[in-house]
Amino acid sequence: MTTPEFMAPLAPTTRSWSRAFEDLTTGWQQRGLWGHLGWQDIKQGYRRSVIGPLWITISLAVQAVGMGILYAALLGQPIRFFLPYLAVGLIIWQFVAGCINEGAEVFIHNEGLIKHLPAPLSVHVFRLVWRQVLFFGHNALVWVALILIFQTQLHWSSLLAIPALLVIVLNGAWVAILIGVIATRYRDIPPVTGSIVTLMFFMTPIVWNYEALRTSTIPQVAERARLAELNPFMHYVEILRRPMIGESFELRDWVVCLAITVVGWTLAMLVLRNYRARVSYWV
Amino acid sequence: MVSIDVRGACVDFPIFDAKTRSLKKALLGTVGRAGGKIGIDSGVPIIEALRDITLSLHHGDRVGLIGHNGAGKSTLLRLLSGIYEPTRGSSRIVGKVAPVFDLGVGMDPEISGYENIIIRGLFLGMTRKQMEARTSEIAEFTELGDYLSMPLRTYSTGMRVRLALGVVTSIDPEILLLDEGIGAVDSAFLEKARDRLTSLVERSGLLVFASHSDEFLIELCTSGIWLDHGQIREQGDLRSVLSSYKGKDPFENLSQEALDRISAASIGEAS
Repeated sequence: MTTPEFMAPLAPTTRSWSRAFEDLTTGWQQRGLWGHLGWQDIKQGYRRSVIGPLWITISLAVQAVGMGILYAALLGQPIRFFLPYLAVGLIIWQFVAGCINEGAEVFIHNEGLIKHLPAPLSVHVFRLVWRQVLFFGHNALVWVALILIFQTQLHWSSLLAIPALLVIVLNGAWVAILIGVIATRYRDIPPVTGSIVTLMFFMTPIVWNYEALRTSTIPQVAERARLAELNPFMHYVEILRRPMIGESFELRDWVVCLAITVVGWTLAMLVLRNYRARVSYWV
Repeated sequence: MVSIDVRGACVDFPIFDAKTRSLKKALLGTVGRAGGKIGIDSGVPIIEALRDITLSLHHGDRVGLIGHNGAGKSTLLRLLSGIYEPTRGSSRIVGKVAPVFDLGVGMDPEISGYENIIIRGLFLGMTRKQMEARTSEIAEFTELGDYLSMPLRTYSTGMRVRLALGVVTSIDPEILLLDEGIGAVDSAFLEKARDRLTSLVERSGLLVFASHSDEFLIELCTSGIWLDHGQIREQGDLRSVLSSYKGKDPFENLSQEALDRISAASIGEAS
């Protein structure tokens, strides 16, 4: 053991861009860990049940079919269009809501791990997003079934679902970082995000059809429906739902989503740069 | 080459109570007072857990941390592991850190012993393959047999400690940080664990060990750091640091058996 003779800075300071990026890259390298934990989380919820994670699929199917039959009648929509429309909307919403609601508690819930094991913060974020991707995969079986039952016509443009899902996943990660760090410091945030997400479920065209109301013969309804365009959640649902139910590509949705992705990641990186090292003190 | 360098590092914990932790308070606080920029952390009481820590550890160092309860030993271990980055000062850690602070953390009661071995290993920086290769050896050491395919919640406390110790002592750490409290097992098992612990320490590039047990410290460490109220009171040769901490030479109190073991170990090292 020796005593250092001079007091020059040793490493890039705690608050630096390089440390923030390093958090993401080293977190990504630990795929084995968060990949395994994400699976574990899924299996955990259904341990000792006979059909296990298949319950995820079944409960979504029940919800989509039940709501679909009711709302198709209420809104005067043909069921062969409305059921896949609703089911896909619900699947996407589950992903979005999961990233936001669980994102707010991503560090708070992992307090034990954060305080006992040195790991990049992004490990917890990637685990969360991966878990949501796995949920999405289970739920997507319902979509496959509905497409087959109703003979929905898919086109080449349906392949856009893949980049669209990628965009949504990318957004899930920044949302979890941003809200997660802020909520760790200010514990009022999780209930706030919870109620906003619940509200947005009804404000976003998932159980109602934006285009049908937009072209409504009643001018007040058409005008009110236009407001949905201001809702960023609508564009996220649309970029993925349109290709999945064989509808045409809408440039506007992509522009909005990609712009938000850039702004969101910038904010998340800023938060990660300034407060990354504080999270273990705050949890 | 593994090393830990810490210079002038402080660890200050903000203590938020339910009120200061809310957004409302922070917003009102910054708006309400006239003039001057008030940091969001202002007005929050702070605990200075560590003050002005400067140390430099290199490959081959075997450091014992001593000090009273609350002196900052566990916090220093967390600083050295990189969990806490210093609020002032700086630290640099080169090497793969394996912190063994709490045997229970990262253990899931609902999954089997085998799965827990894998997960705990992943947390300690091992790969899945490496852990799979070690499971049979861990099974043999822990003497848990068929229990390993049972969920962890069916284990007794002692069995859990065995499993955790088995995993922890099977890894190849570059920097090993050990916190005390690895004693909750029956003495026969501890004898077995002692050998594994010693060989783990020998495999590791750098050891920092916080303990109240002179015997363990003398056996595993060569140098010592005495922490007092969050500051380094003394650092240097373990025997002299322990002597000034205890006020007497610790070697006087050791049993003949322990002395034999230590001298045997140092002969082994020299050859």
